[in-house]
Amino acid sequence: MGILEVKNVGKRFGGLQALSDVNLSVQENSVHAIIGPNGAGKSTLLNCFVGKLIPDTGSVMFNGQSLLGLKPHQINQLGVSRVFQTPEIFSDLNVMENVMISCFAKRDGAFRLHPFETVSHETDIVEQAEQILIDVNMIDKRHMNAASMSRGDKRRLEMAMCLVQEPKLLLLDEPTAGMARADTNNTIDLLKEIKEKRDITMAIIEHDMHVVFSLADRITVLAQGTPLVEDTPENIKGHPKVKEAYLGEAA
Amino acid sequence: MDAIILQILNGLDKGSAYALIALGLTLIFGTLGVVNFAHGALFMIGAFVAVTLQRIFNLSTEHVDPTKTDFLGNPLKVKVPYVESWFGPEVGAALIDWSVPIAIVLAIPVMLLVGFVMERGLIKHFYKRPHADQILVTFGLAIVLQELVKYFFGANPIQTGAPDAFSGSMDFGVLLGFDPNTIMYPYWRLVYFLFAAIVIGGVFAFLQFTTFGMVVRAGMADRETVGLLGINIDKRFTIMFGLAAAVAGVAGVMYTPILAPNYHMGMDFLVLSFVVVVVGGMGSLPGAVAAGFLLGILQSFASMNEIKSLIPGIDQVIIYLVAILILLTRPRGLLGRAGVMEE
Amino acid sequence: MQILGLSKRDSTFLLIVIALTLLTPILIQPFPVGSGLNTFNAGYPDLMQKIAIFGIFAIGFNILFGLTGYLSFGHAAFLGIGSYSTVWMYKLLDYNVLWGLPLAIIVSGLFALVIGFISLRRSGIYFSILTLAFAQMMYNLAYSVLTPITNGETGLQVYESDPQVLLGANEPSSPHLFGIVMRENFWTPKIGGWEFTFNNGYYFTAIIAIIVFYLSLRIFRSPFGLMLRAIKTNQTRLNYTGINTRPYTLAAFVISGMYAGLAGGLLAAMDPLAGAERMQWTASGEVVLMVILGGAGTLMGPVLGAAFIKYLENIFSKINDSVLHGWFAWMPDGLEDFLIGVSHFFVGKSWHLTSGLMFMLVVIFLPGGLVEGGQRIKALFKKKRTSGDDGAGTEAQPTAAE
Repeated sequence: MGILEVKNVGKRFGGLQALSDVNLSVQENSVHAIIGPNGAGKSTLLNCFVGKLIPDTGSVMFNGQSLLGLKPHQINQLGVSRVFQTPEIFSDLNVMENVMISCFAKRDGAFRLHPFETVSHETDIVEQAEQILIDVNMIDKRHMNAASMSRGDKRRLEMAMCLVQEPKLLLLDEPTAGMARADTNNTIDLLKEIKEKRDITMAIIEHDMHVVFSLADRITVLAQGTPLVEDTPENIKGHPKVKEAYLGEAA
Repeated sequence: MDAIILQILNGLDKGSAYALIALGLTLIFGTLGVVNFAHGALFMIGAFVAVTLQRIFNLSTEHVDPTKTDFLGNPLKVKVPYVESWFGPEVGAALIDWSVPIAIVLAIPVMLLVGFVMERGLIKHFYKRPHADQILVTFGLAIVLQELVKYFFGANPIQTGAPDAFSGSMDFGVLLGFDPNTIMYPYWRLVYFLFAAIVIGGVFAFLQFTTFGMVVRAGMADRETVGLLGINIDKRFTIMFGLAAAVAGVAGVMYTPILAPNYHMGMDFLVLSFVVVVVGGMGSLPGAVAAGFLLGILQSFASMNEIKSLIPGIDQVIIYLVAILILLTRPRGLLGRAGVMEE
Repeated sequence: MQILGLSKRDSTFLLIVIALTLLTPILIQPFPVGSGLNTFNAGYPDLMQKIAIFGIFAIGFNILFGLTGYLSFGHAAFLGIGSYSTVWMYKLLDYNVLWGLPLAIIVSGLFALVIGFISLRRSGIYFSILTLAFAQMMYNLAYSVLTPITNGETGLQVYESDPQVLLGANEPSSPHLFGIVMRENFWTPKIGGWEFTFNNGYYFTAIIAIIVFYLSLRIFRSPFGLMLRAIKTNQTRLNYTGINTRPYTLAAFVISGMYAGLAGGLLAAMDPLAGAERMQWTASGEVVLMVILGGAGTLMGPVLGAAFIKYLENIFSKINDSVLHGWFAWMPDGLEDFLIGVSHFFVGKSWHLTSGLMFMLVVIFLPGGLVEGGQRIKALFKKKRTSGDDGAGTEAQPTAAE
């Protein structure tokens, strides 16, 4: 029984069958990659995990609880965090404030009216935020405006915002898309570090094979809305079906 | 039955004005992506073009007519409008009488110019700015325009009559087999409705059947793609802004016999027209027109005594109530498409 | 020094604001009464009260618009509700403002809760239109079917025949707080050519303004305020961070509605009248203008904006031909007439033209408002070029500080 169990999920947009009969099981404390050519339905599938889309058929269970019909913030409160393709951060706020918002969400839940407390007096939150910034090597940038950072730093910040919540499942949507080589390598290192140091399950959608093969424990190959195979990276590399559907095309 | 027909007719002229203003608002929003709070002011400027023309036609020379005397026995001073002394009394009088429809000829170039100046001088710089900024700057512009008009024309409404030929009412009921005098409909309102229908038809035909219109429609659907084709879409959009201004302007010109123009009529119509646009669906031209007529007619039904006695005050709030209901149940309006104005 | 749980910097800031507010009767009356510059004096009670009251309105509106970015075009409705509530308390109980003001806050808060709950289901321009629709509905109703409550076009006022059940024998017949009559002055010193007016009503509103300013300062510094700012910059991320944004925006909406209600109540506390024109959408536009002009999302901006607008409105409306002739008398006749002619566009009854122009100029050139303008000037004087990192850091902080 995996931490995330996807059964028979199907989703249709008008005339397009975006997903059909998707079955997937993400094991606890593993890194599970979902790969596939463009239009294979990877992002649609991910959106079904986080409450942005509701599948037409099938079920999505997280830790034994159905995620269907829950709003994104409810799903996050259950312990699912998400990293976006383009880093989604609070660009008008500074780095520290960005991270503290995550800390507050973790501590106080989806809504708490606390208009007369003072942010800087919340020592536990401040310490927590500073600790994670030390962990991701951004503590010297804590007063920097989030908008003025490099793409790689924004990604790092977004990751810190997710990690500080200590999620049970971290979803990553093409975390290195549009990044320069150096930034990509930095991100891989960061993810490896997270994998080693934290007990965390990651489901990662990725285009970049380099990223996938250096991180994943298991890989699911998606083509035309259906999983083709699911296996270890070693076996996937040699798999004829995969070569045909994906690698052959990419190479 | 006759009461219902009467209310529908009564709703048509107001609905026509809403539809014309909303059409321009939607064109500007759909093409330029700008929320134009100064659009009501364009309607008002149109109305005051008509007022100005009537005043120009009425400019008079004064001379003493030796053949007539006033009640004290002194020779009478008579005023003769210049147009009468230039073109002869009959043509001159006809010009004055028909000044409102003639004002359209003047209003079109004036409004195109106003629209052009507005777009190039101000709106252009707000394409990339947030919608809130667009609302605010055009709101400021609307205040400036309305205050300028107030400065020159005063705060009181200015009566501007329709040509005598249209001054009466038509017995619409007789046409449909009802008793005489049950459905009386002023001729000018009928003219206004027909005029609006022609203008709306013209705009749609222009967008549908000309290459220019095709590009604009493509631009409304997907601006970036059209830009990639190497078509200078900005220039066309400037022209569209002028066109939208002209539509609002002539709508204002023709409305003067129905509502004596005052400096704040633009604001009054703007709020309602915005509601119309939202009800119709942001960015949908047919939606704007349909919602304009729909709300105009609903408003006129709500002002029937039978309905008012049933639900007091409904005539004052019906449009807003409908807008709220539609926005909550159909977030994209009646005919709106997805992805418009939704961040 | 730290006071009231504020940081050192905020404490100083609050003390400066308190000092400015309490010294206003002197500060905006800088010229001797007999001098030619008397036109620019503004130290009379009516104007000062308005500045404080609209300051409160703008501070509240800023909590919604400045922090969350939701542009309401209907907040004047709450102002009107506040006024009506307060005048009703005069009619039913007595002229003590103690009853009316809390009721104004509660009733407008309840209305804000309902209107906000519905309007906040949509965002962007749809939200603006929904709030506008609600406000226009209430404005229209106030003039028509609700006449028994609002007294229609005449406006709501106190009549001899009203019950006023708590009215004592020697009680003042205008709004007061336990006998301190709002319209009376407690001190009118004359020093040389200068004359100052210290008015009960002004100090009453000023003290309330200081309190609500302090509350807004606390909100800005609180986790709640942080969430509101986050809503403005990225709602998607906030949702995926486990925050339900709707109750936060609703809370901001209700708070700003209560501020507006309080301001409306205070208007009725200064002058026991309430009219529907206070609820018109142009009145909603005015508070938007104040906040934008001062600097949306800044603490001081809304107060500056309100003061600036109300001051200019008053001064510009006061300038008439004889004042203009007085100014331009030294010029050659032709030039004098020309300048007076040009000035006509902007002064006297044409004040709204000036305010519209100002509105446009601020949005075009100074989207951050007066506060940003002040910062730019300060930066010019400093002329200190810092490295990229520090520059961004200092940029981020003033927004939170001023």
